[in-house]
Amino acid sequence: MRKKTTKTPGSFSAPKTSGSTKTPRSFLARIIPGLTSLTRRGPSGWMVTLGIAIVLGLVVMTAVSPFVVPHDPILYHGPLRSPPSLEFPMGTTDLGQDMLSRVMMGGLIMLQVAALSVFICFLIGVPLGLFSSYVGGNFDKTVSLVIDAVYAFPGLVLAIAIAAVLGSGVINMAISIAVVYIPSYYRIVRSQVLSIKELTYVEAARSIGAKWHTVLYRYIFPNVVPSIVTVLTVNFADAVLTAAGLTFIGLGVSVDVPDWGYDLTNGRKLLTSGAWWVITFPGIMIILLALGFTFIGEGLSELLNPKLER
Amino acid sequence: MLETIILSDVLLLERVQKLSEIVRVENLKKYFPVQKSVLEQLLSRKKSYVKAVDNLTFSIRKKEIFTLAGESGCGKTTTGRVLLRLTEPTSGGIYFKGEDITRLKGERLRLLRRKMQVIFQDPYASLNPRMRVGDAIGHPLEIHGLARQEEKTKAVLEVLAKVGLTPPEQFIDLYPLHLSGGQRQRVALARSIILKPEFMVADEPVSMIDVSLRTTIIDLLLSFRNELGLTYLFVTHDLAVAKYISDRIAIMYLGKIVEIGTKQEIFSTPMHPYTQALLSAIPVPDPERKRKAMELKGEVPSAINVPTGCRFHPRCPFAEKKCITEEAELLPVTPTHSVACHQK
Amino acid sequence: MPLLKIDSLDVEYRTNRGRIRAVEDVSFSLEKGEVLGLAGESGSGKSTLGLSIIRLVPSPGVIVRGSIEIDGTDIVKLPEDKMRLLRGGKVAYIFQDPMTSLNPVKKVGAHFVEMMQTHEPDLEKKVAIERTEKILKDLRIPSERIDDYPHQFSGGMRQRIMIGLAIALNPDLVIADEPTTALDVIVQAKILDLLASLRDRYGMGLILISHDLSIILERCDKIIVMYGGSMVEYAPNAELHKNPIHPYTQALLQSIPNIELSEQKLSAIPGSPPNMLNPPKGCSFGPRCPYAKEQCRMKPSLIDVGNDHFVRCFATGESAEVE
Repeated sequence: MRKKTTKTPGSFSAPKTSGSTKTPRSFLARIIPGLTSLTRRGPSGWMVTLGIAIVLGLVVMTAVSPFVVPHDPILYHGPLRSPPSLEFPMGTTDLGQDMLSRVMMGGLIMLQVAALSVFICFLIGVPLGLFSSYVGGNFDKTVSLVIDAVYAFPGLVLAIAIAAVLGSGVINMAISIAVVYIPSYYRIVRSQVLSIKELTYVEAARSIGAKWHTVLYRYIFPNVVPSIVTVLTVNFADAVLTAAGLTFIGLGVSVDVPDWGYDLTNGRKLLTSGAWWVITFPGIMIILLALGFTFIGEGLSELLNPKLER
Repeated sequence: MLETIILSDVLLLERVQKLSEIVRVENLKKYFPVQKSVLEQLLSRKKSYVKAVDNLTFSIRKKEIFTLAGESGCGKTTTGRVLLRLTEPTSGGIYFKGEDITRLKGERLRLLRRKMQVIFQDPYASLNPRMRVGDAIGHPLEIHGLARQEEKTKAVLEVLAKVGLTPPEQFIDLYPLHLSGGQRQRVALARSIILKPEFMVADEPVSMIDVSLRTTIIDLLLSFRNELGLTYLFVTHDLAVAKYISDRIAIMYLGKIVEIGTKQEIFSTPMHPYTQALLSAIPVPDPERKRKAMELKGEVPSAINVPTGCRFHPRCPFAEKKCITEEAELLPVTPTHSVACHQK
Repeated sequence: MPLLKIDSLDVEYRTNRGRIRAVEDVSFSLEKGEVLGLAGESGSGKSTLGLSIIRLVPSPGVIVRGSIEIDGTDIVKLPEDKMRLLRGGKVAYIFQDPMTSLNPVKKVGAHFVEMMQTHEPDLEKKVAIERTEKILKDLRIPSERIDDYPHQFSGGMRQRIMIGLAIALNPDLVIADEPTTALDVIVQAKILDLLASLRDRYGMGLILISHDLSIILERCDKIIVMYGGSMVEYAPNAELHKNPIHPYTQALLQSIPNIELSEQKLSAIPGSPPNMLNPPKGCSFGPRCPYAKEQCRMKPSLIDVGNDHFVRCFATGESAEVE
């Protein structure tokens, strides 16, 4: 016989979750406690925090630079090709430009190109992957074939080829890099969708009468996002390096804007004459930026796919 | 003489049943084509199929709990999914309140979804991990444009209380990961009944839930039948649960119904050897009782190579010559109890 | 000397979200030839207990306290190389899922031969194969199939192979963790019959872990009921069935359908299993117990109620000492 209890059993009410159950809707309000809690999540949390710190630092430096730069980076101020000194802490170029100012402002192009290319990739690669794998059939087979063909090309070679056709400029650089990376997004999204598609909750969505686009948008896509985030950050890192590479070969931007990639090219020429500072400092910056994104990506992928705990 | 009386009883009963039936399945077949490698395709042109559901006929009365029972691979889950048009039948008819639903498409099919709902087996897989409980339960209302914001919230709170998740306000903003298996299953139930369906397919709803919590879920299902007038197709491999909840039971083997009858008939006077073997294999939680388990040879064959004649004959201890060559028809022994066996 | 003697065993999982007391203060002993049933639901700690007997608790699990004596030797502090000799040889474990426990690229016969040769390095391959064929016969598997791969067998046969691997080296103690959960009821009965016949033939001690109380009650000599990591009741089979004392055991018995009874009123246990990251203070069953009192905020200790029957509950009646 069922026993009637007068008291409500304790654990029958809603479970206590760590932190508030009502997740605040404001983006910033979510990020900040999230960031600090990241460091508590072990070595990968530290990696992500470090990566964010590096990237944020470089972005802030670039943003703030026009106002705090000691000299105008383009004008010829100092002695030609002079090593780091008190007045010019990072030395000068062969045209007498201050390296410190050039380094502080030189990230602008690179960041723009990287951000824009990632944006294009995301806009094209993700919906294409979602739609193609959900629909399946011959459409999916055809699209995958084309994407695989693009993917088969060595990235830098393809980027160079496209950039050569399109010409220089931020947008064109971004496009050529984007084309190289769309296949990565497509493949990751597609493999995720193919497995999620078979899961019960997707079938449940169909059983309550959801139309195909609702199923894709509200049931499949949100569960694909974690895997995209990691590709995104690694993509950023690689885009930075590719942009540097393109400028290095001369397919980048014009001379009158300070740019790390340009200084790399220039600095290489100057190496033979012993002026090591022109290539070194921009080079370090590029490495730092790429490293920052890589840390974020690697750390995130550890965090989002944690080892199983009982 | 006796046979004539029984036959006319059967016809009368069928006539009465037709008036109150809500779901009817006729000669339902679901065959899955088998993928062959290129070499296999070259060697033989013949297509082979997994005959998951092979010529099923049955009907379910309003407010009845009709159970499809059998071991894994017998086709019971597939039958449930075909009934709901979650996968398309190969052939045969499915009738909901007299209307053939096999051809429905688009908007009319979506309207049907409001009346025919489902609850799945795995509570850990049937909820979208990125959707809050409140949103998930309210989503059906949104899809069918049935309620605006406040009405939707009110309906969600109401249905949460109905499935026993109280206080409902505390559950609305949670994600599935905050809930236990039993709680998730209740959320899934809430989602299914918010549209006030008339018919529900319950696919092993308690087999992945802790034993001490099963009765709660089962009682919930029963209460919905009593209070909301829901009719159920209950799919399970656990005959003990089937005994507790069912009105009528159909035992399936390799895609066919081998016996069908009321709960009493199946458990007190099982006629098909497979049913008898199944019942004798169920563990009884009583150390005093000496159980005599019926020995069955071999294991369930693959549904691709279905045995000839009566599909059960390779394992049947009573098999005779006829059983190897001729399929057995499902024939009534009493007005409510039918068996597919040559020897009954 | 008992075959297995466990004393005050505590096992914890040290995760980065906190400590989980998976097994708390478990003590019992098992003689050779006895079948002990570990009954409990998810989170009760029964699997962790089974794994700790063979020292295979996955990290971040740690045996924190207590002793596990197999034939007199405490294995908790045993060095790993000595423990490896015990595994398979003296204590064997049958895992739950036969689908993933066998190596898909290794022939079934090779599984046996390799295992035998690991424990007896001088064993000739011919002899090993002979022994394997004998075991397959015991398992009712045709010996021609010794060269087949795991995927060519059905689920039931694979589980039989797992059982065969477990008894191949003639262990004294076999732990079967949910051996039939993934199997259908007819195959389940055959597997349990096989285990029983092997026990009769070879006389080993058997620990059967299952959430299905019906199986436990049908097949085991002694039963331990676990809840939230603790042993809440221990009794011989008939005694437990006739006289369940712990409220959880009583409720559990009333919630499982018995196919032999004509009319059965099943009752449910309100609430849900405890969150092991944040367990209830005192008796783990307290929040769900219809008889809970103020006292239950302390941890009850195991009380002997006679007939080899032990209960961990304050409601056992008279004076109950708090540990």
